[in-house]
Amino acid sequence: MNLKVDTISQHFGGLQALSSVSFEVAPGAIHGLIGPNGAGKTTLINILSGLYRPSGGRVYYRQKALHRLRPHQIANLGVARTFQNIRLFPSMTCLENVQAAQHLIAGRPLLPQLLRLPAAGKEDRDLEAKARATLGRVGLDGKAAWLAKNLSYGERRRLEIARALAANPTLVLLDEPVAGMRRNEAAQVADLVRALAAGGMTILLIEHNMAFVMALCTMITVLNFGQVITTGRPEEIRSHREVIEAYLGREKSHA
Amino acid sequence: MEHLVQFYAIYGSLINFIGLNALLALSLNVTLAAGMLSLGNAAFAALGAYTAGILTVHYHLPFIPAIAAGAILPGLAAVVLGLPVLRLKGVFLAMATLAFGEVVRIAAVNLEITGGAEGLTGIPNVTNVWMIYLALALAAYFVAVLRRSQLGWGLLSIREDETAAACLGIPIFRYKLLAFVIGAMLAGLAGALYAHLNYLITPRDYGFFIAVDLLIYNIVGGTRAWYGPVMGAALLTALPEILRGIGVAAGPIRMGVNGLILLLVILFLPNGLASLINRPRAVTATPEASGQRA
Amino acid sequence: MNLFAQQLINGLFIGSVYGLFAVGYTLVFGVLDILNLAHAAVFTLGGLSALWLAQHAGWSIWIAFPAATMLAGLLGLLLNAVAFAPLRHRSDSQFSGLISSIAMAIVFEALSLGLFGARAVRFPAGTVKVHIWQLGPSVTITSLQVSIVAVVVLLMVALTLFLKRSRAGKAIRAVAENERAALLLGIDVRGIIAFTFFISSALGGAAGILYGLYFDSLGPDMGRSIELKGLAVIILGGMGSIPGAILGGLAFGLSEVLTVAISGTSNLRDAVAFMVLFAILLLRPSGLLGRARMREA
Ligand SMILES: Nc1ncnc2c1ncn2[C@@H]1O[C@H](COP(=O)(O)OP(=O)(O)OP(=O)(O)O)[C@@H](O)[C@H]1O
Ligand SMILES: [Mg+2]
Repeated sequence: MNLKVDTISQHFGGLQALSSVSFEVAPGAIHGLIGPNGAGKTTLINILSGLYRPSGGRVYYRQKALHRLRPHQIANLGVARTFQNIRLFPSMTCLENVQAAQHLIAGRPLLPQLLRLPAAGKEDRDLEAKARATLGRVGLDGKAAWLAKNLSYGERRRLEIARALAANPTLVLLDEPVAGMRRNEAAQVADLVRALAAGGMTILLIEHNMAFVMALCTMITVLNFGQVITTGRPEEIRSHREVIEAYLGREKSHA
Repeated sequence: MEHLVQFYAIYGSLINFIGLNALLALSLNVTLAAGMLSLGNAAFAALGAYTAGILTVHYHLPFIPAIAAGAILPGLAAVVLGLPVLRLKGVFLAMATLAFGEVVRIAAVNLEITGGAEGLTGIPNVTNVWMIYLALALAAYFVAVLRRSQLGWGLLSIREDETAAACLGIPIFRYKLLAFVIGAMLAGLAGALYAHLNYLITPRDYGFFIAVDLLIYNIVGGTRAWYGPVMGAALLTALPEILRGIGVAAGPIRMGVNGLILLLVILFLPNGLASLINRPRAVTATPEASGQRA
Repeated sequence: MNLFAQQLINGLFIGSVYGLFAVGYTLVFGVLDILNLAHAAVFTLGGLSALWLAQHAGWSIWIAFPAATMLAGLLGLLLNAVAFAPLRHRSDSQFSGLISSIAMAIVFEALSLGLFGARAVRFPAGTVKVHIWQLGPSVTITSLQVSIVAVVVLLMVALTLFLKRSRAGKAIRAVAENERAALLLGIDVRGIIAFTFFISSALGGAAGILYGLYFDSLGPDMGRSIELKGLAVIILGGMGSIPGAILGGLAFGLSEVLTVAISGTSNLRDAVAFMVLFAILLLRPSGLLGRARMREA
């Protein structure tokens, strides 16, 4: 298995945000993670990317234990992510946001660089071309010179995806990638996600828009109050009694 | 040639100080690149100055190894200080480095080997103008290359958003420590050169207000490229001479102009004087953006 | 032993002035999360203008004191309008505010140099009548010391009541707690921030006057010596905590005189304080009385 979440628990003080969550994600899958507000979805992604150390349980990615690693070590294993509350590099341009992510994989250690004068120029141009291509994949090639903080909300979300892709990941964790996007913008992102998965990348994504999730995902895990209700294919999820109750219950409590 | 000699005879010490201050400003620039507001670089310069000075005065070491030691010891001190302190952020980091600076200053006042409050005297006068500017050129080249390297991009990312940077594979703490150490070594180098320029160093040479000056050079010049801090240091170091040249003699006015320049820059040129030079990059951004690259 | 008791008393008096200075510092930090490094320059101008009023205008200190305190408060308004308000919308306002306050500090220091000259000056003899009371064989306390503490206590009680009871005080606390929420509650946030600067700077100016009276010496660089101490004090007490600043001030004053008494030299006076500051930053960055801030994930 590609990604294996094994009996993960997380509590914050007295609050049990996740209890014994287990599921697996196949290589090349587009795996959805859904559930009502506060279900623990973001908490799980934070554990997968090393921001939180789980109170219990294990996570393996390609047989490597992630649960003891620091965020940068996990990233170096090929895991990239986006953030629900968008964390771009605000006063860098779009292009620089992508280049910053690129430079980490493209090497460029300082010492050799010091001794090799303008030869680095060609390499820089190649990298820049690559960065522009990555921006193109999310439809931001026209905004390369814009500062990230001046983008619209949807554009920022797309730039975050581009930045994650620039690190050449094999597993991407997307936390509500199309929240606040217009429909055609969301459809663009769905196409991109499909293309990435077709290219062998594994995707784990959180999303509240059910239609979007059902149409896009190959597998779905449903969380409620920190527990897995079920994992299954979209058509199984759609007809699952507890899932329906969890969502209807939420509608009721909102009313 | 004769003009040059004459010019140097009049303005020599100003030229030397511009070079040394620019070097110090660059040392802080490396730390600022990662968003770390350190007020410890003046203290690192003091460590470098005293280390090199003590080695040549008391141990009769040759100049070059003494200078090298003057850069290396502050680097080691930066590791020891950085390990606990770099977990702090923002003003708390500034306060901790400031406290370190005060402790260094008080130590220099109280130790015997540093010459106490009167300072360390009898330091051989070996530093000359080309050494200072060679060191400055190397440091500027280093900072320019650093900016384009993996480390440089990592530092900028850390300044922008630490969490996001970590999730892109940047070892936050290691990078911060590295920047802190590089800054300390450059500051130490400047201090060591200064010690051998002047016969004498005293604990007052590197107090809190010097640390603030280094910050001011960076803000006035701009922190985004190597020439920013160099410009800032050059302008503000030469300012008293410039003002004297146009007939402003009174101390308070000179001081007030200093403060006003800083105020105007922070209000209207958030990226410093350097942003007046590299306009082209900002032109393609939105109009609002060009003034806002902070 | 008597010397020791005398030192303790002196430490408490000077500590109360440090505390008063630090309260103004910490008030602005609590509301804006910004360090106002011009606070020490306001302290200087407060002290020097009270002296000018007493000496050249011939006012009684009991009138010069409140007048100079008000003047310092006005400087605070100026400070806010020039150095802080224009930067508030910027994403790096914590950093740029720090820098612009440094700029204003330099301008203010230049101003006091230009207006009052570079030499150290003192209040005219007899500005305050000084009685000396004998508490023990060689322990004395002066009426000046007592008045200083009385003024500090008075100001602190007034400030506390003001923050707890009055509408404006409650608004200040609301803005400190959560600016956005305060705005939604219909609080005039900009006005409240300006008002906070007024109070903070008035307290700083008052501290400058008391400091000048206590040490019987004022000069354009008197702020420099208290600047670092003030920073140490607010960290010690917890950034933004008013009782913390007072306690921190007293602790700092005591540590100063005790270090001198024990080591026998004034050279180490600040060393202990800064080492304590350092330790506190590492062990308990929120200070002795500060709230721990939530860490964002
Ligand atoms: N750092 C933290 N400290 C304390 N509690 C936390 C922390 N992070 C999350 N929680 C709590 O854990 C629970 C799960 O939160 P989480 O953000 O994972 O939910 P979510 O499923 O992503 O919800 P949403 O759909 O609203 O984004 C919530 O009750 C939240 O308040
Ligand atoms: Mg969430």
